Amino acid sequence: MVISFNYIARNLIVRKMTTLLTAGGMALVVFVFATVLMMADGLRETLGGTGSYNNVMVIRKSAQTEVQSSIERQQASIISSLPEIATDQLGNAMASAEPVVLISLSKRSSGQLGNVVVRGVSANGLWLRPQVKIIRGRMFRPGSTEIVVGRSVARGFNGAQTGDTLRFGQQTWTVVGIYDAGRSGFDSEVWGDAEQMMQVFRRPAFSSMLFRLRDPSSFDAVRTRLEADQRLNVEVKRETKFYADQSEQMATFISVLGQAISFIFSLGAIIGAMITMYASVANRTGEIGTLRALGFTRASVMTAFLLESILLGVVGGAMGLIAASFMQYVQITTTNFQTFAELAFTMHLNLPIVIEVMLFSVFMGLVGGFLPAAQAARLEIVEALRAA
Amino acid sequence: MMIWGYLLKLVSKNMWRHRLRTMLTMLGIMVAIISFGLLRTVVDSWYAGAEATSSAGRLITRNAISLSFPLPLTYAEKYGSCRAWTQGLGATGLATSTSTKRISLRNCGVCQLLFHRLRRVRPGTGTAQGLPARPWRLHHRAQAGRKYGFRIGDQIPLRGTIYPGTWTFTVRGIYDAKSGSVDTSQMFMHWNYLNERVRKIMPGRADSVGVYVVNIKHPGEAAKMSALVDSTFRNSLAETRTETQKAFQLSFVAMVDTILMAIEAVAYVVIIIMAVMANTMAMTARERTSEYATLKALGFPDRFVMLLILGESMAISLVGGLLGIIATFPIANSFYLATGKIFAVFAVTPKTVWLQVGSAVVVGMVAALTPAWHSTRINITDGLRAVA
Repeated sequence: MVISFNYIARNLIVRKMTTLLTAGGMALVVFVFATVLMMADGLRETLGGTGSYNNVMVIRKSAQTEVQSSIERQQASIISSLPEIATDQLGNAMASAEPVVLISLSKRSSGQLGNVVVRGVSANGLWLRPQVKIIRGRMFRPGSTEIVVGRSVARGFNGAQTGDTLRFGQQTWTVVGIYDAGRSGFDSEVWGDAEQMMQVFRRPAFSSMLFRLRDPSSFDAVRTRLEADQRLNVEVKRETKFYADQSEQMATFISVLGQAISFIFSLGAIIGAMITMYASVANRTGEIGTLRALGFTRASVMTAFLLESILLGVVGGAMGLIAASFMQYVQITTTNFQTFAELAFTMHLNLPIVIEVMLFSVFMGLVGGFLPAAQAARLEIVEALRAA
Repeated sequence: MMIWGYLLKLVSKNMWRHRLRTMLTMLGIMVAIISFGLLRTVVDSWYAGAEATSSAGRLITRNAISLSFPLPLTYAEKYGSCRAWTQGLGATGLATSTSTKRISLRNCGVCQLLFHRLRRVRPGTGTAQGLPARPWRLHHRAQAGRKYGFRIGDQIPLRGTIYPGTWTFTVRGIYDAKSGSVDTSQMFMHWNYLNERVRKIMPGRADSVGVYVVNIKHPGEAAKMSALVDSTFRNSLAETRTETQKAFQLSFVAMVDTILMAIEAVAYVVIIIMAVMANTMAMTARERTSEYATLKALGFPDRFVMLLILGESMAISLVGGLLGIIATFPIANSFYLATGKIFAVFAVTPKTVWLQVGSAVVVGMVAALTPAWHSTRINITDGLRAVA
């Protein structure tokens, strides 16, 4: 015989205050846990969503980041002569060699310096990244000392609004536009004319090279060829993978730290659930005796209390998730250890996280309720009835 | 006076009536206090590391564009013409990774006048006397040495990420720190070893350093001297930004300040988790409504009943808190060891301990608040009739 679910749920409703406080404690743990997962996921999504699958990124072997890499002009022309590269109507290869450097700008919030990626792009570079749209002002003119800044840079740093000027590399640059790159990593960059950048930073070499494949499936062949070429000494990755890899360390760091914190916190919440459930068992000793006398088995008494505790966990989990869903409106800016550059990203709540978080809260309820439920099941009918 | 004796006796008796519940509550408070202390210590240590490893009379000059741009070696001569400097050293980082797995021997620092720094460093095994002309380096036993099992005479092939190619080093000595605040996870080598090879493979980047470290005679003049250096190189090819070592180190900490802020915020969430514990008190008091009514019927004043509740609540939270504080120290220590000593300093500060004490007191008070208030409003006849 199974004890009705109604009875179980009502027991929680009757003790409103206790239920709310216990579930509230669980909700906080769940909130922290969910936020951390969302943060790691948001970071992966932001960098993973940077770039497109058909584009190929080339950097110097073992350079790991664009800033540390260098590709000589001669090497760049070798790469752009590959037959697998897509061409425009005029037959020009859709390849873009780009200088990428870091500059320090002062943050709007604290006035402290943060590193921002400055990328020199050409017409091809813009064509290769169709997700980039100007939302204010206009695109920079080729060959001029004009720059456009990403949305997140405009929001987070001083002197990055249209009409402002930035000074770096003995040159004054005018911000003529702000672009939106669809919440990708490019939103945290500053773009200008590639040749101008090379001059100003006195760099004889580009940093990285990006090109579009005519046929996306030819990637492996292209990679093998380029990486085997003695003149080049380069590493070849799909653009999507290249940026996704750059989020790995940071995302792992955040999730490991967050999970460790959640684990410790969950001990507190489990103890809270345990106290509540023990009290619930103690208060209802007479009821338990009655139930048993009516013919309900030990197993069904135990199930009832376990379900009550799990329900408590579910309520807490739902409360925590609702609170965490508001975190989606928060934008986080931090330095990515791997690239050393500021990166802005938002958190995003998705189904796998919801499932993981709910399983976590069910688990907390289950663990917290196990011992009290076992105690309830062990009660002898006669003694339990006498206690009432 | 007599009444206080009764009070204490009643409090201690009441406390142990639900032994399991009281123990669980204390355990819960312990967990919360420990995690609060641990999280605060993590954040503290991040900042403390930057402060402990800097010395007051030391300035660091870097390229004004960003740290990824070098400074010409010729600047050293200009420093020489300034009388105020007692000594200076140039350092370049050679970020590397081993050929087998990526390890972060960041800042394999290169110093010309390295030896001045070594005054704070105790020579470990091997010879660390003098500055030999051949490629020479030291690294630490406890970290790089122990972590990767390096011994004197070992050949270590490392793959450069900033400077390309495989760099082979011979371990000539192992250093250790005299005090705990010196970063012992670095390798040092002779700057010429790097420069000579860079001159061959990428001549454009030879004869440059990453930062200049300068000791000044009068620490009080740091601001003046910084301004002097920066004005000396204004409008040159590489403009400089000079700041004290502490400010320089803190700027690295500031890069992850969003994460630190998050951790600190989460630390305070712990206090709210203690609301779960407050629930226990409320529950206990509710169950004893008839007892409180009896006390009142016997003529004890409201204040006595309130103190009874407050006393029990405070006793539980203080004992739990105290145990938590005591446990924080060994746990913080094992956390420090487990994280491979990535923190230069990892110590529970007195401020953290006071905050822990404070939160235990707050929890004890808050938990007693509602039940105590309720107890004053108990109507004796209703209270006597009440069944928990």
